[in-house]
Amino acid sequence: MAITSIKNLKEFSTNNDRFEGAHTLCPGCAHSMIVRELMNCTDDNLVISANTGCLEVSTAVYPFTSWDTSWIHIGFENAATSVTAAQVMHSVRKKKGTLKDNDAPVKFVAFGGDGSTFDIGFQWLSGAMERGHDFTYICLDNENYANTGGQRSSATPIGATTSTAQAGTHSYGKKEKKKDIVAIMAAHGAPYVAQLAPNKWKSMAKGFQKALETEGPCFINTVSPCCTEWKFDPKDTIGITDLATDSLMFPIYEIIDGHELNILYRPKNLLKVEDYLGAQGRYKHLFKPENKHVIEKIQSDIDKNWEMLQRREEARI
Amino acid sequence: MQDLKLKANENRGLHQLESGKDLYGWDEVTQGSVLPSFEGDASKIAHLKAEERDYSNYNSYTATVASWRVKKPVFNIDVCIDCQNCWVWCPDSSILSRDKQMLGIDYDHCKGCEVCVEVCPTNPKSLLMFGENEDLETALSQWPEKKKKEK
Repeated sequence: MAITSIKNLKEFSTNNDRFEGAHTLCPGCAHSMIVRELMNCTDDNLVISANTGCLEVSTAVYPFTSWDTSWIHIGFENAATSVTAAQVMHSVRKKKGTLKDNDAPVKFVAFGGDGSTFDIGFQWLSGAMERGHDFTYICLDNENYANTGGQRSSATPIGATTSTAQAGTHSYGKKEKKKDIVAIMAAHGAPYVAQLAPNKWKSMAKGFQKALETEGPCFINTVSPCCTEWKFDPKDTIGITDLATDSLMFPIYEIIDGHELNILYRPKNLLKVEDYLGAQGRYKHLFKPENKHVIEKIQSDIDKNWEMLQRREEARI
Repeated sequence: MQDLKLKANENRGLHQLESGKDLYGWDEVTQGSVLPSFEGDASKIAHLKAEERDYSNYNSYTATVASWRVKKPVFNIDVCIDCQNCWVWCPDSSILSRDKQMLGIDYDHCKGCEVCVEVCPTNPKSLLMFGENEDLETALSQWPEKKKKEK
């Protein structure tokens, strides 16, 4: 596989972008940072499939496409299914020798938002992981249905206000916890599962390369701050991601073969979760005195989760 | 300053990005469509720079979103250290970078989100936001001095 150099940013920047501008994602959206990084970390031909979501509606505004590779879109839940079908067809035709260029390396990637990964496409994704096709599924996790006006999804964390779980006099926003999708996918026995963030570009590029190299189904959950629904200034996208990884709201780690857990980033200055929550408009109501217990709960959940990750890293089970 | 026109494909930013120019009824819509991004063979596209590619009119590279912008980033080549932070985090593929050097900004695709200015590590910053109608020379003449470290 032709992997491009990610020794430092200067080397990395010699790659030729295959994701074009003039898509209609919001200014400052992290989706396109993640997609560009994936497409720059390899020279191989890519077959990409995308679930319905912000990424799909914004990059294929008829009659334009922003993708310089093969790109498929069918249904809300079918990215995993369609890309695995393409992968099976490719391997059969390769065996028969009916491809135009039989030796050209091709990688199969599916993109989904958190709505289509955690809720709507979950069954299809789970099926594809179980069947063990050679593909990489990347979830762009912005914690709500941003494309349709910011409804709650099962990726929305506790305490956040969304258009269908609003904070007000009787409620502090969403009351349920976020689904731990990385653990669920690791439990499928996938050879490579990771949670990555765009602000740590190097660990992200390394993770993508590892996932593309690994044979079998790989799953990557990436944090994608949404300036429209998280309610912060577009210029702060990377700053918010820094706060998320440094407060351990989004720990960066990988799980190999379902048991070998490696923590990829340990913050030098561990931040309190208040710093992360306070930077966003969707958590503004939590700073009222009557909602203080929610912040305490979020902090204690984070501490427990971090303790669990560290113990799992040590134990290797 | 280097000539930026050389680093851009002649097809860049020809069209305004607008959809639904010809509206169809629900029963007239086709069930699916295939949009070729390039004219001819596209199998070696990863090894071609933008100026060497043969873009088709369906590629959004040939469209422009310049009208989204209220403020624009201006690049000062004298302060830049070519760290490429702006290149890796630009959401709109609008930083023109060739041979490990930052050359300038693609104003057809930039939406003015200011991410590049935020991640710029130099002192003073080598990218700053100016009004959309400001011309480049006046903007460069207003560049701030190096800030001293606060003790």
